[in-house]
Amino acid sequence: MRYEFNWSVLWSGQSGSWLLQGLLTTLEISALAWLLAAALGILSGALRTVPWPPLRAAAAFYVEFFRNVPLLVWMFFWYFGVPPLLPGAVQDWLFNHGAEFWAGMFALGVYHGARMSEVIRSGIQSIPRTQFEASQAIGLSVWQAYRLVILPIAIRLIVPPATNESLNLLKNSSVALTISVAELTFQTRQIETYTARAIEALTAGTLIYLVLCVSIAAVMTRLERRFAIPGLIARVGAG
Amino acid sequence: MAEPAIAFRLVNKFFGRLHVLKDIDLTVAPGEVVVVCGPSGSGKSTLIRCVNALERVQSGEIVVLGESVTSAGANLTRLRTQVGMVFQSFNLFPHMTALQNIMLAPLKVRRLARAEVEKTARALLERVGIPDKADNYPANLSGGQQQRVAIARALAMHPKIMLFDEPTSALDPEMINEVLEVMTDLARDGMTMMVVTHEMGFARRVARRIVFMDGGVVVEEAAPEAFFASPTSDRARQFLSKILSH
Repeated sequence: MRYEFNWSVLWSGQSGSWLLQGLLTTLEISALAWLLAAALGILSGALRTVPWPPLRAAAAFYVEFFRNVPLLVWMFFWYFGVPPLLPGAVQDWLFNHGAEFWAGMFALGVYHGARMSEVIRSGIQSIPRTQFEASQAIGLSVWQAYRLVILPIAIRLIVPPATNESLNLLKNSSVALTISVAELTFQTRQIETYTARAIEALTAGTLIYLVLCVSIAAVMTRLERRFAIPGLIARVGAG
Repeated sequence: MAEPAIAFRLVNKFFGRLHVLKDIDLTVAPGEVVVVCGPSGSGKSTLIRCVNALERVQSGEIVVLGESVTSAGANLTRLRTQVGMVFQSFNLFPHMTALQNIMLAPLKVRRLARAEVEKTARALLERVGIPDKADNYPANLSGGQQQRVAIARALAMHPKIMLFDEPTSALDPEMINEVLEVMTDLARDGMTMMVVTHEMGFARRVARRIVFMDGGVVVEEAAPEAFFASPTSDRARQFLSKILSH
C-alpha cells in the first residue's frame, strides 16, 4: 500500500488559520508560564541557600512537591481541582475567560518553576561562599547581597541548563491539550481529524516546534555570550 | 588610655566540637597596627573574622568602636560599614568593573549620590596606584591589582578599622610588595589595622604589636623588636625559626 502525500491540506480550508492560532496559543501560554516559572524558580532557588532554615525548608517543600508529580496530573489539578475552591465570582470570570488556558498556564509555570529552582540553586552553590562574605563585609544586607551579587552571577552561569528547561517548558505546553487548550498540538490533531491526513498534520506541527526551539536556543546562546562574565565562563565555540 | 577600637573579652568559639578560639582577651587601640601570626589552624583568621561578625562566637564579648558585636541586637550593617575587610582570595565581584566594585557599597548601603561616589572611587584607585584600571573586570587584572582594588573597595566606606586576612598569601612574589606598600601607607595615615600575615618584614616595619597564636590561644603579645629578638615562648621560637630560616 502506498501513501499519497497531500501537503495542500495544510493551507486549504481552515488548516492554515488553525495552525496559526495554535502557534499563537502555544507562544502565549509558554511565555506566561515561563515568566511564572522564572519568578518562582529564582525565588525558591535563592531561598534554598539563605541562612534561615525555615525559609530553606519552605522552598525545598515547594520544589519536591511540584516536581515529583506528573505534569499531566497538575494539569487536571489546576483545571478540575482548583476552580471549585475559588469564590463564585472568580469561577464565573474564569469560565468566561478561558479557564483551561489559565489552568494550563499555572500547571506549566508552577511545575517548571520547581525544576528551574534546582537550576538556580546549583548556580548559586557554584559561586564561592567567599563572594557572599565579601558582600556582607562591605555592609550589604542578605537581600542586597543576593540581588546585587549572588543572583547576577548565578543567572549568567546557568544560561545553558536554563535554556534546556525553557525548551522543555515550551514542548510540555502540548500537554495542555488534555484540558482542551487549543495550542499547537491540539490544532494539528484537529487538522488530522478534519482531513484524515495524519502525517502531513503532524509534520507541520513537528517542524513548527523544531523551528521555535532552535530559534530560542540560538537567542539564548547570543545572550550567554553577550552577558558572559570575563574569566568566569569559558568562551563559547571560540578558538 | 583611650577606649579601645577593638576589645575581645574571654571569647570562645567552636566549629562543632573543635575549640578554635580559647578565652581570647585582646584589645587594639585606635590607630594601632596589630599583626596576628601563627601556624596554620591556630585560629588567627577566625579571630579577625569575629571582629566584623563573619563568625559568631559562643561565649565572651567583642566590643568594636564602643559597641558590642556579640549581643543579639547588634547592628551588623553599621558595624560592617565601619570595619573594612580584605580577604586572601580578593573576592572582587567578577561581573563588575574595578570602579563598580568600589562604588557598590557607597551607592547601595550609604545611598550617596553617584557623582560623588564615582569621584571618591577614582581617587581611591589613584591612591592604590591603578587609576588606569577603573574599567577593567577582575579577570583582566593581576592578583596584586585585584587585591589593591579590594583594598580600595573596603576604603570606599571610610572605615575606622581595616582587617586583613592573609592579604598577600595568594600573590606571586613580585606582587606582594605593591600590596604591602598600600597597607604601609594606610598604617602611616593612622588607620587601625588587624593584619593576619606571614610577611614578617612587614610586621617588623609596620606593626606596633605582634600577637602570636597557636592552638586557639594567644600565646604571646609583644612589640615587634622584642618578639623577633627574644620570643618568650617555645612555640613562638619554633615558629620563627621555621619561617625566618630562609
